[in-house]
Amino acid sequence: MIKSKVDEEDYWHSSKFKAFTFDDEDDELSRLKESRQAVNNIRRLVEEDDDEDDVEKVSWSGEPVGSISWSVKETAASSQRADREPAFPKISTVTPSISRSQSGYSLSSLFKGEDGHMTQIDRSLIMTLCKEVLFRELESRQTALRHFIHYLSETQNQRLLLELHRALGRAEDAALLQYKEHLSITDENKRRDFLKNCLSLPFSAEDLAHVQDHYTLLERQIIIEVTDRQAERGGKVEIFQKFPRKALILNMPLITTLYYCCFYHYAEPEGTFSSPLNIRQTFKISEKQYFVTALAARAKLKAWLDVDALFASRNWLGFTRKKSPLSFQRVVDILQKNSAPTHVLQDYVALVDDGELRLTLAQKHKCHNIVINTYRDMKDRQLLLGYRGKVVRGSVEERKIDDLLSNPQIRWKN
Amino acid sequence: MAHSARRDSPELPDFSILKRLARDQLIYLLEQLPGKKDLFIEADLMSPLDRIANVSTLKQHEVDKLYKVEHKPVISTSDQLCFLIRPRIQTVKWICDVVNADKVPGKSRRYKIIFTPQKFYACEAVLEEQGIFGDVTIDEWPFYLLPLDDDIISLELPEFFQDNFLAGDQRWVRTAGSALHLLYSLYGPFSKVYGIGRCSKMAYESWREQVEEGEQKARQAEIGNVFLIDRDVDFVTPLCSQVVYEGLVDDIFRIKCGCVEFGPDVTSSDKSVKVMLNSQDKVFSEIRNEHFSNVFGFLSQKARNLQTAYDKRRGMDIKQMKAFVSEELKGLKQEHRLLSLHIGASESIMKKKTKQDFQELLKTEHLLLEGFEIRECISYIEEHINRQVSMVESLRLLCLLSITENGLLPKDYRSLKAQYLQSYGVDHLLTFSNLRQLGLLVEQQPGETLTVMESKVGKLVNDKTAGKLTDAFSSLAKKSNFRALSRKLNLVPKMDEEYDLRVPRDMAYIFSGAYIPLSCKLIEQVLERDGWMGLEEVTRLLNGHEFAVTGSSGVDSKGKNDTQRIILVMFLGGCTYSEISALRFLGREKGYKFIVVTTAITNSSRLLEALLGNHV
Repeated sequence: MIKSKVDEEDYWHSSKFKAFTFDDEDDELSRLKESRQAVNNIRRLVEEDDDEDDVEKVSWSGEPVGSISWSVKETAASSQRADREPAFPKISTVTPSISRSQSGYSLSSLFKGEDGHMTQIDRSLIMTLCKEVLFRELESRQTALRHFIHYLSETQNQRLLLELHRALGRAEDAALLQYKEHLSITDENKRRDFLKNCLSLPFSAEDLAHVQDHYTLLERQIIIEVTDRQAERGGKVEIFQKFPRKALILNMPLITTLYYCCFYHYAEPEGTFSSPLNIRQTFKISEKQYFVTALAARAKLKAWLDVDALFASRNWLGFTRKKSPLSFQRVVDILQKNSAPTHVLQDYVALVDDGELRLTLAQKHKCHNIVINTYRDMKDRQLLLGYRGKVVRGSVEERKIDDLLSNPQIRWKN
Repeated sequence: MAHSARRDSPELPDFSILKRLARDQLIYLLEQLPGKKDLFIEADLMSPLDRIANVSTLKQHEVDKLYKVEHKPVISTSDQLCFLIRPRIQTVKWICDVVNADKVPGKSRRYKIIFTPQKFYACEAVLEEQGIFGDVTIDEWPFYLLPLDDDIISLELPEFFQDNFLAGDQRWVRTAGSALHLLYSLYGPFSKVYGIGRCSKMAYESWREQVEEGEQKARQAEIGNVFLIDRDVDFVTPLCSQVVYEGLVDDIFRIKCGCVEFGPDVTSSDKSVKVMLNSQDKVFSEIRNEHFSNVFGFLSQKARNLQTAYDKRRGMDIKQMKAFVSEELKGLKQEHRLLSLHIGASESIMKKKTKQDFQELLKTEHLLLEGFEIRECISYIEEHINRQVSMVESLRLLCLLSITENGLLPKDYRSLKAQYLQSYGVDHLLTFSNLRQLGLLVEQQPGETLTVMESKVGKLVNDKTAGKLTDAFSSLAKKSNFRALSRKLNLVPKMDEEYDLRVPRDMAYIFSGAYIPLSCKLIEQVLERDGWMGLEEVTRLLNGHEFAVTGSSGVDSKGKNDTQRIILVMFLGGCTYSEISALRFLGREKGYKFIVVTTAITNSSRLLEALLGNHV
């Protein structure tokens, strides 16, 4: 489908997607709030006797019992056979029919169905069957093979399952299956050693790099955990006192670890294991990813100077200006979610490129100055007048609006 | 809201009989173990059991204590233990442990295992292997179908999905066939059966065999036609964010067995409340199928009406007041309570959705469905991952990207996978392996023609331009079945027209007018054409396995027309509330009545959680 850019824009502004927005300011929501009010008022009127309602009838309710004989008759009726024409036609199918029979101990009976699919697996037979024969038989019967594999994983017969994968040349499947075992190892040192052994498994090159990272990460987490636990108990490191750790860092994802290190070990020199820069280097974390994580961690600590410094970039004249690998809209979002104060937010709202978006964000986050200045630049007296009602009475912002409104030098367009 | 239903819409059959049947069968089985006994119930069977029986029923049949199966040693002192379980090997193994633990001190008890809805051979093999086959008696409780509402019946078998589609184990096919057979014997005979999907075909065959084995009773059919559909025919629909009220409630609060638990944020008290969500709830039944944007207006109106009704009390004399209290007050209070809950739920939904930038998320989904600005979508997903926003949500977007684009470009796949593992843990290697196996998240296979083109272009222009051109060519070379299906079936409505969500014109309304669910569109088309004629290209794109058969058993002409418009749709592998809403809409438009039978109610989270590989 080929569409011009204009079409697309029109599209997004058409009523189809304007019909409803999940914005706070939505009229509908305020209507809803009114109804909430109304309903709450009524509540007071009727709350006198709060008797049992039908709403909560989820538990055992105490109904009388039905007739058993009827049911037994039904069951009996359905097992009666009658000779007659088939009611529905058989459809030509390459899929196996599901056999009910469970008896038979010959090899062929293991593989029932029209094209040799196995539907019933006799475990004791399998145990006695020569594995080469079994695996060879299974290889040509994909459905039977899948059933067998599922059966082995359900019964947790890891050994036979691995053997099967290997015999069928499914080396990567076998590697993943073995790697999976680490999940049931709770001791972190044992888990680390297990992961190290996994490095010799026949993974694809891509997956091997991931498993290598997994091992390196856990190894590092163990070191960090030991050091930090001591620091925390020692009671001398301020950050651990101020923000006690809520969970162990062991077995957390890489980005969580990076966040943790940006939180507790931000200023450390690159040489230490817990230095965010070292982690970034070791695991080849992208600039954007590093930036997002550091920003969130420092914002959480309300370390606004660190936040500021993340954006610092000097041009050739030595002036600093704010640069971000992330759109400033997102930056504002992250800061706001970490409850940044308005004076911090407004610096970043001001950097949003798109004028319309900037105004929306400024309104949403109550960055009054930006809104007021924008209306002034638009020479829109009406909008400014309207906004006056949204700022606190007697505030600096209100005075600023009043000053602007009474400024004879501005040529208002309305 | 109050859509004017076609007046000639036929009545739905009464499914409460299914509950009675299941309850009586259970009682019959319990009586097979006379005397006092303790009953161990598999955790996820508790809610379904709650819907059909109650404690006093069980007590009447000498059940002493009730326990939940927790895979821990039992503390029961009863000399008879009864286990009511799903046919799961892990549970059977636990029972073996229980029995063997009793053997050590020489404790003698009677044990009974009731498998529901059926036993599997593998379960018996485990009993045999553990040497307790002779110590237990085994029964099957054919509790196949639980009616969740007038038009929804569930098998309550969520594992059907991963067992059948991920593991490729067809053990549940016969269960599906038996469930269909139960419906057939109570509400049949059916006139026609349509279907698509490998599993559907097999379920049909299994059912047909049971029909041939069974006895045919001459009865007035209550269900005319049947449509069977595999979940893997359409993965796009269950992966989309739901925006119809019932679907939203399920996405956010998780409806379990037709019941939802609203927490303190909804009830605005310190209590949680469990609410049955079905057509009995007069408030819910009017908003369940509505696009969320319409819900507010409706609730406001309802609140005003309620206020007026209460206001009537003013100026009443004693006699009138007495009549008001006895006739109206209870109803009003009930409505008031429900209204209050649904307003609370709507507010909570709004809060949660505003917080997660739902609008932008929906925009990305819609772009993916249309196939526009894919690069922007990818960076949106990337950012999602980078910020460690919900693990399942990121996975959902990745899968949606992959299915709509017929796979990811290898470099995108590698980069997104690496970032995902960094954000959510390397053990998700196993998740990626599962998703690849199911075809939900795959790399694009470069076409051969493309390689030829690429090399030609590469010779003509310098390297830098060639790189760009390669990108352009590979996007042309995408052999996207979803895109092709979408075009063939008009799944994405024309965008230059306005879409009034208050007066929906097609099933797309369930996705804000952006997409008609593929599954429901297929059903619509096949019913309209009375088969697959003219849909050859579509079925080819869906990998075939379609069928349409007519039964030979004479359907009596009387009342035939009405019955023909009662259609049972069976989803193998689960369906979403949005799909049910879409079918209800279709039913109202065309004068059908749909009965949805599903192996379980699903949504994007349930579907993906079943595929996570990072748990033991």
